Amino acid sequence: MTRQRNVLPLAGFLVCIVAFLSYFLFFSRFPATRDVPWASWLLFALGVGLLVAGLARPFRQPERYRGRVAGPILAVLSLAVVGFFVFQTTMASRQLPAAAGVPKVGEKVPDFVLQDSEGRSVRLYDLLGPAVGGAGPSSWVVLIFYRGYW
Amino acid sequence: MAVSVDPPAVTREHLAKMGWTYTFLSDPEAKAARLYDLHHPVGDQVIARPAELLIDPTGTVRWVDLTEDYRVRTRPETVLEVFDRLTAGKS
Repeated sequence: MTRQRNVLPLAGFLVCIVAFLSYFLFFSRFPATRDVPWASWLLFALGVGLLVAGLARPFRQPERYRGRVAGPILAVLSLAVVGFFVFQTTMASRQLPAAAGVPKVGEKVPDFVLQDSEGRSVRLYDLLGPAVGGAGPSSWVVLIFYRGYW
Repeated sequence: MAVSVDPPAVTREHLAKMGWTYTFLSDPEAKAARLYDLHHPVGDQVIARPAELLIDPTGTVRWVDLTEDYRVRTRPETVLEVFDRLTAGKS
């Protein structure tokens, strides 16, 4: 009897790759799947499940399945992918400066002038209005700093 | 209003792609980021550490969110809730 190819470890490995890439290409766009990457964890769980099932088969039923070498290699590669994902989403994304000097609640913000996306100069105090010496009507401002490099 | 280190052309492209319409400033030398102590050197570049500030018309900070994980940002509804709370009872 010819032995079958054992496709489960390869399938598990590919699911892990998809789980990794889909977070950065897709799931990170939505707060619900970005802040806590549960959708990615589910995909990884599926991939690891396939791997575990696939790893055991050539050892339990050696007369039916091949892949005693390929299985463990794919398992190690998959673990590396899982490990890199965990590192990226738990440690790497937390490497941020403390920003001890950021204006605190109750403090005045420093003014600045920068260009907007159309190249027009915009002054923060002008948006806030006359109370801080700006020119425009009084209003609140939500000031968001992004990392950039899009 | 948002600030990033990208030049205006890159920002314009990104705004069009994302469908965002708010004022988006370019801070290629991380001037504002340094002024607010939010600059973050990464390799030989300086970007900003993500942060959100709610500033009232007198220029006073009324609320700050300094995320500890750049994947996790303030959601718009959170800022709106804070604004409603801070302005409750005032005209």
